[in-house]
Amino acid sequence: MRLPLLRIVPDDTKFDFIRFRRISFPISAVLSILAITLYFTHGLNFGIDFKGGTVMEVRVKSGAADLAQMRTTIAGLHLGDFQLQQYGGPDQVLIRIAEQPGGEAEQQTAKNKVHDAFGDSLEYLREDVIGARVSGEQLYTGILGMFAAIGAILCYLWFRFEWQFALGAMIANVHDIVLTLGFMSITQIDFDLTSIAALLTILGYSLNDTVVIYDRIREMLRRYKKLPMTELLNVSINATLSRSIITHVTVAMSLLALLLFGGQAIHSFTATMMFGVVLVGTYTSVFIASPILIYLGVGTGRAQGQDDAPAADPTPAKPAAKAPAQATGRGRR
Amino acid sequence: MLYFSRWKAAAILLTALIVCAFAIPNFISPQTVKNWPNWAQLFVAPRVVLGLDLQGGSHILLQVDKSDVLRQRLDTLRTDVMKTLRDARITWANPPVARNGGVEVRLREGPTFDTALSKLRELSQPISNNIIGVTGQRTLEITDLGNGLVRIAPTEAAANERIRQTIEQAIPIIEKRVNGMGLVEPTIQRQGIDRVLVQVPGLGDPRELIKLIGTEAKLEFRLVNSTMSAQQALQGSIPSDSEILCETRDQKNSANVTPPLCDGGIPWLVYKQVMVEGGDLTDARTGFDQNGRPDIEFTFNATGARKFGQVTQENIGRPFAIILDNKVMSAPTIQSAILGGRGQITGNFTVEEANNLAIVLRSGALPAKLTPIEQRVVGPGLGQDSITKGKYASAVGAALVVLFMLVTYGLFGLFANVAVAINVGMIFGILSLLNATLTLPGIAGIVLTIGIAVDSNVLIYERIREEVRHGRNAIAAIDAGFSRALATILDSNITTFIAAAVLFVIGTGPVRGFAVTLGIGIITTLFTAFTLTRLIVAYWVRMIRPQRVPI
Repeated sequence: MRLPLLRIVPDDTKFDFIRFRRISFPISAVLSILAITLYFTHGLNFGIDFKGGTVMEVRVKSGAADLAQMRTTIAGLHLGDFQLQQYGGPDQVLIRIAEQPGGEAEQQTAKNKVHDAFGDSLEYLREDVIGARVSGEQLYTGILGMFAAIGAILCYLWFRFEWQFALGAMIANVHDIVLTLGFMSITQIDFDLTSIAALLTILGYSLNDTVVIYDRIREMLRRYKKLPMTELLNVSINATLSRSIITHVTVAMSLLALLLFGGQAIHSFTATMMFGVVLVGTYTSVFIASPILIYLGVGTGRAQGQDDAPAADPTPAKPAAKAPAQATGRGRR
Repeated sequence: MLYFSRWKAAAILLTALIVCAFAIPNFISPQTVKNWPNWAQLFVAPRVVLGLDLQGGSHILLQVDKSDVLRQRLDTLRTDVMKTLRDARITWANPPVARNGGVEVRLREGPTFDTALSKLRELSQPISNNIIGVTGQRTLEITDLGNGLVRIAPTEAAANERIRQTIEQAIPIIEKRVNGMGLVEPTIQRQGIDRVLVQVPGLGDPRELIKLIGTEAKLEFRLVNSTMSAQQALQGSIPSDSEILCETRDQKNSANVTPPLCDGGIPWLVYKQVMVEGGDLTDARTGFDQNGRPDIEFTFNATGARKFGQVTQENIGRPFAIILDNKVMSAPTIQSAILGGRGQITGNFTVEEANNLAIVLRSGALPAKLTPIEQRVVGPGLGQDSITKGKYASAVGAALVVLFMLVTYGLFGLFANVAVAINVGMIFGILSLLNATLTLPGIAGIVLTIGIAVDSNVLIYERIREEVRHGRNAIAAIDAGFSRALATILDSNITTFIAAAVLFVIGTGPVRGFAVTLGIGIITTLFTAFTLTRLIVAYWVRMIRPQRVPI
């Protein structure tokens, strides 16, 4: 094995990520406000899981789908609001019918009417009929779950780190979710149960990233008592930079495969994940979660200057001597 | 960090191997297994079940009608209250009525009032259920509203318990009906307190099934009130012992008679008193009448036969209405006493309708009405399509990651790939062992797990690279890399695991499937990162005694 191995990130990067906060914080603030505005003006495209109603994926048995004609047929059934959308191939159509007034049984009737109107000319690939009760509950439990997950993770971080870290992670979390919701609003991707799963996974991944950097910051805080905070944060982020990038490349590759070849059914899930994990998650942990520790008062007792170079050399001295002795000593037995 | 005792190494390898081995049955087709001896079949029994989104089928969530259950409960409660007061020889000022979710009765004030109250209190019983035994709650709440008015209402807990029981009674009945349709491998399970989930793989059109489950199948035989015609009753006043019920007919035939009440059907004036009930049926099958039209032939048990014989004997020449779920099926005139306990229901049935009716009558009446509140159907074509696409996407994703790791870390990349492959094998092993259901979001969960598993290796290797940069020798760097990175891996995985756990607890259906594979994936990732990867590297170090780290 003497092949030259790929180094995506050069060995000793010394980017001043912390100084970049003067740009990244305003950018994030603007983006967040934009996302919230979008959320209130455009809203989310609630899928059937949260809105109730009927969704049918159908394939026309002969030739391409004639959307205009199908529209007329369905309009003749007087089922209120409905949408037709071509997807997949020219012969595949997505039919959405709004929730029918008059209770659960009416949804069923609406679906049956469509069946009767089209008869055998369609192949029904997928049909979902969801009543108001279930959809309302699902939205409620979805939102509840999101907050429960954030809460539980924060408790864990508080327990493992200090409260400043937990708070920093929470701000980063909210930032991730807000931006992802903005993305979902602008693309009008179906917001359904799987979107909640996607949001939670984004949360998990972003936290995963944040925790990796926080872990390093904590380690540095213990080891270098005199290193100024900004310097310390920069060293920590730079040290974990290579890992962050390699990991996200691999995650992005998995997601890209799912996005391109995974089919329609998980498309909105993977698209959301791609945006959340790869774009927002990484950015947040580096440019938001870490610098914010300064404002939360981590390491305020430290020297503020950025020029005491000798302390900045992060060569671990003491543990180095101990570890190999252990390894070789036991290895021989 | 790099030392493993022989026993420990063996235990780690064995665990990985055994867990992976549980995945093997998934690769053996059920057809092959059929011919195996029983003991061998037992070994391959645990396997991953494909979700309905992958194999196609119908998913129907039904909810019991709470108000229906409560109304029935209040009816019996009112009777109980009347009986209690009568037995104690206590007279009331106003008879008990069901009102506002309880029964209210106005008693006479005076010495009997307190006796009445204590007698009524005896009706209330402690609630016990089979999960936690006696709960300390009682079934009824008795309140003195003043002026002699007493309210007897079922407690919240009692109402819930009643609904729980209703579902419990309904499940075997639904099972009988679904099986009666000849459907393969249906799963019927309770969800929450008041819901039942019915899943039938391979069923592309659940309309028939929903109709079958939605039928309450309350069969009653009542006499027709022939003192006046239904039309007269509708125009004048309906006698208090009778009511109007409708007979539905073919739309075409009923064009001439269109009273507003029955929407194209024929109204009948029938007595409220039920002469014989469907609960006394022992069997119901499809047959054909003299004219070759399909009918339903039923058989009563001894009690039913006796009642039926008596009623028919006493009412020869009068029409006898056969009523199913408050709809008149037919009202034939009794020609002679029917003593054998057998009879037919005729109507304008198609063979299919007659078949379905026979199924619901055989399975018995549901204790309350069930309404479908969620329904998801996946055609078999789409399911197959999803599997193919899922497999393809996973393969492409895996290939990209494997290649990338090899390019980035060389030999150590190979180690990582081996560890990740074993990781995926273990995920499938555990899924099989749990007989878990694999859904499309579940596949997404596995793909993401591969990402996490790779990440744990990246964390370790990057740390090793760093330690090398700081001037350590190869073995020291590897050792320090592992010990430092593992702490981080633990922290980061626990946070993701918490998210997965929350998803599992609150999620339903697709979300849950995702949470299961993600959660299992995190556990196996921790296992492989902490033991397997370390073991492989440790053996490599022992064999090669490297001077420099090849990453």
